[in-house]
Amino acid sequence: MVMLEKRPNPSRFWTAATPVLAVVLTMIAGGVMFAILGKNPLEAIRTIFWDPLFGEFAWYFRGQLLVKAGPLILIAVGLSLGFRAGIWNIGAEGQYIMGAIFGAAVGLAFYPMEAWFIFPLMVIAGAFGGWLWAMIPAVLRTRFRTNEILVSLLLVYVAQSILSSMALGALRNPEGGGFPGSRNLSQYPSAANGELIAGSGMHWGVVAAFIAVIAAYVLLQRHILGFHIRLAGQAPRAARFAGVSPNRLVLLCMGISGALAGLAGLFEVSGPAGQISIDFASGYGFTAIIVAFLGRLNPVGILLAGLLMALTYIGGENASTNLGLPSASIQAFQGMLLFFLLAVDLLSNYRLRLSNRETA
Amino acid sequence: MNRRTLLASAAIGLGLSMTGAAFAQDKLKVGFIYVGPIGDGGWTFQHNEGRLALEAEYGDRIETVYQESVPEGADAERVLTQMALGGADIIFTTSFGYMDATNAVAAKFPNVKFEHATGFKREHPNVATYNARFYEGRAVMGTIGGRMTKSNKIGYIGSFPIPEVIQGINASYIHAKKVNPDVTMSVVWAYTWFDPAKEADAAKALIEQGVDVILAHTDSTAPLAEAAKTPGVIGFGQASDMISYAPSPRVSSIIDNWAPYYIERVGMLLDGTWESTDAWEGIGGGEVKIGEITDAVPAEVKAEAEALAASIADGSYHPFTGPLNKQDGSAWLAEGETADDATLAGMNFYVEGITGDIPK
Repeated sequence: MVMLEKRPNPSRFWTAATPVLAVVLTMIAGGVMFAILGKNPLEAIRTIFWDPLFGEFAWYFRGQLLVKAGPLILIAVGLSLGFRAGIWNIGAEGQYIMGAIFGAAVGLAFYPMEAWFIFPLMVIAGAFGGWLWAMIPAVLRTRFRTNEILVSLLLVYVAQSILSSMALGALRNPEGGGFPGSRNLSQYPSAANGELIAGSGMHWGVVAAFIAVIAAYVLLQRHILGFHIRLAGQAPRAARFAGVSPNRLVLLCMGISGALAGLAGLFEVSGPAGQISIDFASGYGFTAIIVAFLGRLNPVGILLAGLLMALTYIGGENASTNLGLPSASIQAFQGMLLFFLLAVDLLSNYRLRLSNRETA
Repeated sequence: MNRRTLLASAAIGLGLSMTGAAFAQDKLKVGFIYVGPIGDGGWTFQHNEGRLALEAEYGDRIETVYQESVPEGADAERVLTQMALGGADIIFTTSFGYMDATNAVAAKFPNVKFEHATGFKREHPNVATYNARFYEGRAVMGTIGGRMTKSNKIGYIGSFPIPEVIQGINASYIHAKKVNPDVTMSVVWAYTWFDPAKEADAAKALIEQGVDVILAHTDSTAPLAEAAKTPGVIGFGQASDMISYAPSPRVSSIIDNWAPYYIERVGMLLDGTWESTDAWEGIGGGEVKIGEITDAVPAEVKAEAEALAASIADGSYHPFTGPLNKQDGSAWLAEGETADDATLAGMNFYVEGITGDIPK
């Protein structure tokens, strides 16, 4: 019979190989599903994984891949720092919304003035909004020992209500004929986060995501704070003996992840989304949690995981339109990918062993 | 338009002219963007029925493609671009939230026609808008509801506080009040077009307040399914006939009938006579239909409702006819005066007698 044996240390080979194996398994299982739906499985898989990267319209989709992956990576990198230290910020979606509201409010306050400093001010306000929203669960935890998972999650719903209220009230476009939603920031040059190189999809949010990946990598490898974060996660007692203050770590990790989520929201509202609207929040903050774990809380892994996630969204949409696949089958396909990634993760921590012995 | 976006448009234009050759074909390609799944049984289902009617009408001369469950934010622009790149000649965007995305993509694809449902922005000559006078149907439902209620409490599930929805609330209330002066109306906002769980919760909350007539302006059948659990509560099919919920709780319905409009507009494009217009038809034009009024409704009430529908259809009666005051008591329409379309299209106030505030 097959037995599982715990490895003394996670296998380096399997840590790198399991994501590839998971993608292959997803293609097989997904292909079977598409075949049952009466579509050509090879064509469906090609449309999802190949066409956005190398197909006829790849010049457009490669850029869109960055647009979609940018906020996911930016948020996930911030979250991964806390997750490594055992600090669970589940409310990035709320911090993302608050960053967008703060940033957009600053931009709209200057409308219609044109000046170079407006966008930088919005960036600062966006990061501040996200940071502020993350400080609520952080301070409650350090002062009153509340659970940051619950508090940060519940604050998402508060943020969503504030978003609706802003779209309908304070930030509503006065020239919008009574309809909810702010002015379109992407049509206000001083506040617009447009493409840096036309057609590339590169906007400041994508640049910030790349910077965040590099900064997090350096922090974790070379900086004492990175060492403390890793130590606190792996050996909390040892961390305390080493003089790491748990409260300080909570404030720092929550603050960094909140600020990055707020930045992601600001770059999204001033660029691709364009306006504060009731349905501005599109779940990036929650999807980023998945991306962080797919990337194994490693900055480079998160970069790749974010791009892969974006690929399944964009390729999935293409498959849905071009092949007439129901959108639910695309969601099922994404679900399979996550399932297989987590399932084969077993191989990096355990080894399979064939044995004839009866177990006691 | 600044230099960056100009360059981006040029790049996309170039791509388009390349694809124009690749997609040179005789069939007209018609695209649809849906906010929910086609199986929602309501709003999106009816648009999809319109698409199927198009296929039946024009057969081999056209080809249709569609994408379900497209979020009303940054994603809509990508899905639209992708459809235009894929060779669509005309694209129907079937939800209010696609307004800015529709106009943004229309700027980049001047040779593709765009038709946006329920919006008001036509920033380019290749964008048309269309809507239906749902409030005419609401007047009929309000009449039936006012006659049928025993608790004198009518509940209304609103999606978003936009003019189209507020028109419906006002029209229902005015006509319920006309036949039953004791009637009161409670409005619950779901902040979604399609979320069966939230819609059911809203219905449940209303029923617990003693409401026995439920009107809904969301897309799924969930409010009816919830109403079915409590004997004596009635409801109406919304967007679609929802006849499978008859005889209880469904007593009648408002049916959105998009097929004639779609057939007309695609026909115009085939003939080369398409131009940007703003269509707003109601019961008279056949775009709003009243579903069968079942035997659960007394014959005299049924006759009254049908007479009202007939008078709206032939233009002899307007559902917003004075004297009518606004909620704050200020005068709106004088005796015999009817509301003009501009006021209706931007309606952001309740009429006198409705309690509660429009969310701000």
